[in-house]
Amino acid sequence: MSNAQIEIQLIASLVAIACAIPGTFLVLRKMAMISDAISHSILPGIVVGFFITQDLNSPLLILLAALTGVITVVLVEYIQKTGLVKEDTAIGLVFPVLFSIGVLMIAKKANDVHLDIDAVLVGELALAPFDRLLISGVDVGPKSLWVIGSILIITIVLLLAFFKELKLSTFDKGLAASLGFSPVIIHYGLMTVSSITTVGAFDAVGAILVVALMIAPAATAYLLTTDLKKMLIFSIVFGIFSAISGYWLAHGLDASIAGSISTVLGLLFLLVYLFAPNKGVIAVLYREKQQRIEVSLLTFLLHLKNHDEENERHVNHLNEHINWQKVRSKTVLELALKNNMIVINHKIVSLTSKGDEFTTKAIDYIITNEDAQIEDMKDDFFLFRG
Amino acid sequence: MSNKIAVKIDDLTVAYNYKPVLWDIDLEIPEGVLMAIVGPNGAGKSTLIKSVLGILKPIAGSVSIYGKSYDKQRSLVAYVPQKGSVDWDFPTTALDVVTMGTYGSLGWIKRPRQKQKKAALEALEKVGMLPFKSRQISQLSGGQQQRIFLARALVQDASIYFMDEPFQGVDATTEIAIINILKELRKSGKTVIVVHHDLQTVPEYFDWVTFLNVKKIATGPVKDIFNDDNLTKTYGINYKVSIQE
Repeated sequence: MSNAQIEIQLIASLVAIACAIPGTFLVLRKMAMISDAISHSILPGIVVGFFITQDLNSPLLILLAALTGVITVVLVEYIQKTGLVKEDTAIGLVFPVLFSIGVLMIAKKANDVHLDIDAVLVGELALAPFDRLLISGVDVGPKSLWVIGSILIITIVLLLAFFKELKLSTFDKGLAASLGFSPVIIHYGLMTVSSITTVGAFDAVGAILVVALMIAPAATAYLLTTDLKKMLIFSIVFGIFSAISGYWLAHGLDASIAGSISTVLGLLFLLVYLFAPNKGVIAVLYREKQQRIEVSLLTFLLHLKNHDEENERHVNHLNEHINWQKVRSKTVLELALKNNMIVINHKIVSLTSKGDEFTTKAIDYIITNEDAQIEDMKDDFFLFRG
Repeated sequence: MSNKIAVKIDDLTVAYNYKPVLWDIDLEIPEGVLMAIVGPNGAGKSTLIKSVLGILKPIAGSVSIYGKSYDKQRSLVAYVPQKGSVDWDFPTTALDVVTMGTYGSLGWIKRPRQKQKKAALEALEKVGMLPFKSRQISQLSGGQQQRIFLARALVQDASIYFMDEPFQGVDATTEIAIINILKELRKSGKTVIVVHHDLQTVPEYFDWVTFLNVKKIATGPVKDIFNDDNLTKTYGINYKVSIQE
């Protein structure tokens, strides 16, 4: 690996971490689309900042552009508060207007500088190593590495300091307010950090990828954990993984790095969406099937408990009596046998003492309306699940 | 009940988009009562609580807690919001939610430590939810979620408790468990204010009641003022509730 390659991967990884942190809270606050709005509407801020500073990496430019991001949020909320349009409509109204103002400004004034629409949309990560930061003549690395590195450090310090406040106001705004943690301050703090991160990342990875790096890792992590800290860590790991593997994908395909990273993020989400252990589509389908069979099993056991008559308990007639198809009766019968809930004597099915105990308890829970307890009980009684 | 006034509301008016939801409310809540706030939907019951707690800004009027503004008395007040006001899919556990009740006493930046965790565990124990402490909150039933919210208020160890419909969507067992805890709080001298919907249970659960419908209709001891006259004034229809057997 050349130095430039390492630097590109390092920049991409730092951007990924810096995006994953605010992104996690945006996803939990159901504000994913706000990041899209911010990433586009900071353009006029960047252009104005560039006119003033003539330097795309100047801190003043970053602050000015971030301010446009916060103004976007304020405008969206203001329009929404009038009650005339819904939030998504308000977002859709505000950011294209601000973005197009930026586009017009570039076309009129900045045609001859390194600021073109393509770079704005997808960034130019491959060029990042060429723009070096010189401190009294000494090359200390690419400028964008320093920019995003500084933003990341600030983000991490803020996260560690205000983790509790962020969590509380994200989960329960009302309680946060009543305890004296102003949700408004925290909201705008998060919006400011998101805006600054977006501006800092934007030059390297472009407007579209910033959104992908904020939302996709957090959405993927959300499917895998029920713990906020783990969700943050998973988001960061997914972000870094996508950044590095996306870089090599681009290398192999000789394609856009930003595009490749976004593609990896999408694929990663798809994989987790399908195969996540609890919330994944396949796990959910499997669980539903299991529950269907176990409800049938319980119905079957209740039937046995209710009927002493032998003709009601004859293997061959069972399906007629409970009105089930053969396949289902067979599955349920086998499951009951495997779990030692029943015995079959001369083709007559009877409950074992274990089956009887299970059924009695289940009836108790059903009568007292505590059906949820049956689920817990299954762990004690079942050797095999449906 | 003592003679002290726990909560005093003066000329409170709150409006959403220029439409008054609460109109010129004057209300004194004595220390040590277990009070129901009743009124039809849209009467401003939740709004009243939220305005006292500084969650909503009134357009006129003032609120004091033991004679001082709410900002100075935060630590004396605990709040149980409506269960539906939060996202129960949030990635966190029962214990963690209860620990949030200690954040107020911690202030900004400081994190909960062993002491706060211990207090949270004790509160979980009080509401019978200790076995569920590590459960992700979406895996709890509606009644269990409500108990978690109650535990979160208990951990604040406040003097005044505001609760917004704590009995909504809970089963009978949980309702009894909750009301017993509320009665215990009153016994230990706390003031408990509950937005309540089920008029039938008012005389059994509460000793104080406020009728509200945008304006304050009446407030006082249940045995004196919980009658058909006030119910009719509040609900606008000819209301008949047999309150005493």
